[in-house]
Amino acid sequence: MSHPLTLITFVPLIGMALILLCPKGYESLIRWIAAAATVPQLAIAGWLYANFDTTTTAMQFVERRAWIPAYHIFYFLGVDGISISMVLLTAIICFISVFASFSIERGERGYYALLMLLDTGMMGVFVALDFFLFYIFWEVMLLPMYFLIGIWGGPRREYAAIKFFLYTLLGSVLILLAMLGLYYYGATPSFDMVELARNAGHYSMAFQRVAWIALFIGFAIKIPAFPFHTWLPDAHVEAPTAISVILAGVLLKMGTYGILRVNYSILPAASHEFAFWLLGVIGVINIVYGALCAMAQTDYKKLIAYSSVSHMGYVMLGMAAMTEAGINGAVLQMFNHGTITAMLFLLVGVIYDRAHHREISGFGGLAAQMPAYAALTGFAFFAAMGLPGLSAFISEVLVLIGAWPRYPVMTMLGAGTAILTAGYMLWTFQRIYLGPLNDKYRNLGDLTLREAFTLVPLAIIVLILGVYPHAVLDLLGPSLNHVNRVVLMAHAPAVAAVTP
Amino acid sequence: MDLGNVASLSHFLPELLLTAGVLLLVIVDLILRNKTPLGDIALIIAAGALVLIAIEPVRRGDWLFHRMLVFDAFGFFFRVLIALAAVVAVWMSIGSVEVRRCDQGEYYAILLASTLGMFLMAEAANLLMAYLALEFVSLTSYVLTGFLRRNRRSQEAALKYLIYGGVASGTMVYGMSWIFGLTGALDFGAINRALTAPGHLPALTVFISLVLILAGLGYKIASVPFHMWAPDVYTGAPIPVTTFLAVGSKAAGFALLTRFFYPAISRLGADGSWQALAGVDWPQLLLIVCVITMTLGNLAALQQTNMKRLLAYSSIAQAGYALMGIVVLTDDGVRAMLFYMFAYYLMDAGAFLVVMIVANATGREDMDAYRGLAWRGGAVPAVALTIFLLSLTGIPATIGFIGKFYVFAAVIRSRFYILAVIGILNSTVSLYYYMAPVRMMFLEEPRGDEIAIGFEPWTYGLMGVLACATIALGLYWTPIIAFADRSMHFFMGPS
Repeated sequence: MSHPLTLITFVPLIGMALILLCPKGYESLIRWIAAAATVPQLAIAGWLYANFDTTTTAMQFVERRAWIPAYHIFYFLGVDGISISMVLLTAIICFISVFASFSIERGERGYYALLMLLDTGMMGVFVALDFFLFYIFWEVMLLPMYFLIGIWGGPRREYAAIKFFLYTLLGSVLILLAMLGLYYYGATPSFDMVELARNAGHYSMAFQRVAWIALFIGFAIKIPAFPFHTWLPDAHVEAPTAISVILAGVLLKMGTYGILRVNYSILPAASHEFAFWLLGVIGVINIVYGALCAMAQTDYKKLIAYSSVSHMGYVMLGMAAMTEAGINGAVLQMFNHGTITAMLFLLVGVIYDRAHHREISGFGGLAAQMPAYAALTGFAFFAAMGLPGLSAFISEVLVLIGAWPRYPVMTMLGAGTAILTAGYMLWTFQRIYLGPLNDKYRNLGDLTLREAFTLVPLAIIVLILGVYPHAVLDLLGPSLNHVNRVVLMAHAPAVAAVTP
Repeated sequence: MDLGNVASLSHFLPELLLTAGVLLLVIVDLILRNKTPLGDIALIIAAGALVLIAIEPVRRGDWLFHRMLVFDAFGFFFRVLIALAAVVAVWMSIGSVEVRRCDQGEYYAILLASTLGMFLMAEAANLLMAYLALEFVSLTSYVLTGFLRRNRRSQEAALKYLIYGGVASGTMVYGMSWIFGLTGALDFGAINRALTAPGHLPALTVFISLVLILAGLGYKIASVPFHMWAPDVYTGAPIPVTTFLAVGSKAAGFALLTRFFYPAISRLGADGSWQALAGVDWPQLLLIVCVITMTLGNLAALQQTNMKRLLAYSSIAQAGYALMGIVVLTDDGVRAMLFYMFAYYLMDAGAFLVVMIVANATGREDMDAYRGLAWRGGAVPAVALTIFLLSLTGIPATIGFIGKFYVFAAVIRSRFYILAVIGILNSTVSLYYYMAPVRMMFLEEPRGDEIAIGFEPWTYGLMGVLACATIALGLYWTPIIAFADRSMHFFMGPS
C-alpha cells in the first residue's frame, strides 16, 4: 500500500464530502456513509499494525513532501511505536463512536460531517511529524468539537462548548509560540520533529525551560492536568455520548502524546528537570483529587469524567518516572484508558437514552431489569478499578513499578488511590444496579444490538490486553525506550543513582 | 530615477483612469434617468485600475512628479490591495439595499475619488503630498459616511469623523512643520539624509514631531488613542462604505505609516537591517500603542451586540496585530505586516459582506438578527461568516492563522517575548466575541418570527470567492508570501 498514512488521515474527509452532498431526507444514508468511512480507516490501521516493524526506533511509513519550502514546512507523516498505538486507538474509537451516534436525531448531516472532520484532525495529530502540520491538525479539531458539543449537547451546552474552546485555544497558542521559538533558536530553522529532536542539544537551558513550560501548559490543558482540568467535567456532561467517547478515548491522549513527542524528545534536559514537579506531583494530584471528586458526584457522567481525570494521572506519573517500566506503562495506560473510559461513557449513554437523566440516586436495582447491561457495566467498572486479568491492571502496575524506585511516596499515594477508586466504583454500582428497582423503570429494555455492538469489541480488547499486553507493548518498546534514553542522557549524572 | 511631470504620467495610468472615471460618472449621472448602470461603470473602472496596476512591471523604482510620489514595489503591493478593496466595495454597493436608496452618481464618484486618494497615500514620498492625500481620503470618507441622509446615525457618524479627523490631521501637519523646520526638506529621501547625517541630532525634538505625526497616521489606521471615531463611523456608515474604510483606508494608513517610519526616519544599515535613530525611540512608543490598541479593541468588542460595532472594535484590534510587524523594525516584520494586511482584507471584507447580506434581508444589524440563521435557510452565509470570524481569530486552516503565524514569527525572532505573550492572550480573548455570532447562528434555535434570508447570486458569488480564498490561501499561501516578499523593497533614491 502506498501512502497509508495519508489515506488513513483523509479517508474521513471523503466521507465528509459525500455526506455534505447528500440531499435532504436521506438521513439513514448519511449515517451509513459515516460508518463506511471509518471502516477503511480501521482496515488501514490493522494493516499498519500487521506491517509495523517492532525492532526499530526509526519512523515508518514515512511520507515527506515540500509544502511551503520558503519556511521549511513539509507535509511529513510517519509513525513510530508511540504514535502507532494511538493511531490504532483512534481508528477503533472513531469506528465505535459513529455507531454510538446513531441515536442523534437532529441535523444529521452537520453532525456526521463534523464528526468526520474531527476524525481527520485526530488522526492527523498522531501521524504528523512536521510541527507546523501537527499544529494545524491540533487546531482543526477544536472547531468540530465546539459545534458537536454546542449544537448536539445537553442543556448547558453553549457554556461547555465555549469553555472547551477557550481553554484549548489558550493552550494551543502557547504551543504556537514555543514552536516558533524551536524553529528560530535551533541549529537550523526547521519544523521537522525528527530533526529538532536530533539537534536537541543546541537549545540553551534557559530557552528550554521557557519553551518546556509553554508546551507543557498547552498539552496539560488537553490531558487535562490539575489545575487545568475544569473544562473537562463540563464538556463531558454536556456532550452527546459519542462525543464524550471521542473526548475521553482519543482527545485526552493528545496531551500526553504531545508531551512525549515534543517535550521529551525535543527538550530532554528540561524534561528531566521538570519531570518530578510538573509531571509527577501533578500526576499524583490528578490521581487523588480526581478520585475524591468522583466520589462526591451525584451525576453518573460527571463521576466517570472525574474518574477519567484520575486515571490520566497514572499516565503522567509513569512518564515522570523515566524508567522503562514506567514509561511503557504510561503509554499502555493511554491505550487502556482510551478503551475503558470509552466503554464507561457508552454505558452512561445507554441509561441516559432510556431514563433521560443521570442522577445516580434516581436509579436502583437495574441489574434485575437489564441484566446484560449490568453485566457489561460490572466488567467495565472492574476494568477501571484495575482488576487483575483486565487491561488497566497491567498498565497501572507497570506505572507503579516504574515509579517506585524514583518516587516512593508518590507511588504509595497512587497505589493507595486504587482503594478510593474501588470505593466509588463499587458504591456507584450498588446504587444504580443493585437494591430495589425503582418502579418508574420497570419497562426499560436491555441493551439493543447496536449498543452491544459498540460495547463488546471494546470489552474484548480490554480482556485481551489484560492477558496478553504484549500485543501493544511490543509496538511501544523500542521507540519509548529510545525516548527515555534521550531524556536520561540529557542529565547523565542524575541517572546513575536510579538505573542500575 | 527622478521623473518630471510628463515622464511620470506613464506610471500614473491607474490614477488617471480613476480620475477619468470620477468625471465620467458625474456626467453619466446627469444624462441617465435609470441609475442602475452607474454601479457597473464604477465596477469596470475599479477593476480597470486594478488591471492597469497589475500589468505594469515594477522596476527598481522611480520618483514621480519631482519627488512627490514614489513608484516602487512597496507601493505596488498597497495599490493592488486598495484596488481590490475598491472592487469589493463597489461590488457590495451594487448589491446593497441602503446604497440603492441614495444618489448613486455622487456615491460612486466619491468612492472612486477616495480610492484615488488612497493610491496617493500609498505612493506619497513627500510630507506635503502625504498630508494632501490623507486629507483627500478623509474628506471623501466624511461624505461617504454621511451618505444616508435620512439616517441620523449616519449623520452623527460623519460629524464625529469630521471633528476627530480635523483634530488629528491638524496635529499631524503641526508635527510635519517641525520636521520641515529641522531638516529643511519635505521629501522623504532628503529628510532621511538630513536626519541620518553625522552630527548632532536634536533627538527629543524629532521624537515629539513623530508623536504629533503619529496622531494623523494613527487616526487613519484607528489605533489607540485615535480610535474613538471608528465604532461610531463603522456603525453609522452604509455597510459597503464601512468595508471600504475598514479595509482600504486602513491599508492606505499602514502604507503611509510604514513608508514614513521606515525609509523616511530610520537608518538602513549596510547589511539591510533597520535601526531607529539614536535617541528617537519610536519603536518603543509604537510598541505601547500596539499593545494598548489590540487589548482595548478586544476588550471593548467583548460587550458588543451590534455586528458592525463588534467588527469595528475587532478591526481596531486587528490593526494592533498588524502593528506588531512594524514595531519589530525588521524585514521579517514588514513582510508579516504586508501578509497580514492581505489576510485582513479577505476576512474583514468577507465578514462585512455577510453582515450586509443579513441587513439587506432583515434591515437589522444587531446580533439578535442572526438567531438560528443556519437553521432558517441562511446556512451558506452562516458558514461563510464562521469562516471569516475564525480567520479573524487566527484558527487554522485559514489565511488569518497564517497572518498571525508570520507576525508572531517576526516577533519571536526579534525576541519581543512579552509582546508575543500579550498577542496570544489577545487572540484567545478575541475568540470569545468572534464566536458570539457563531453561537447565535448555530447554537440558538430560531424563534420562528425571523425573516428568511433569500439567495442573491450577486453578493453570494463574492462571498463564495472570499470564503474559498480565505481557506485555500490558509492551506497554500506561497503566492501571497512571495508577493509580500517582492514588495518589501522601498525605493530610497538611486544609490
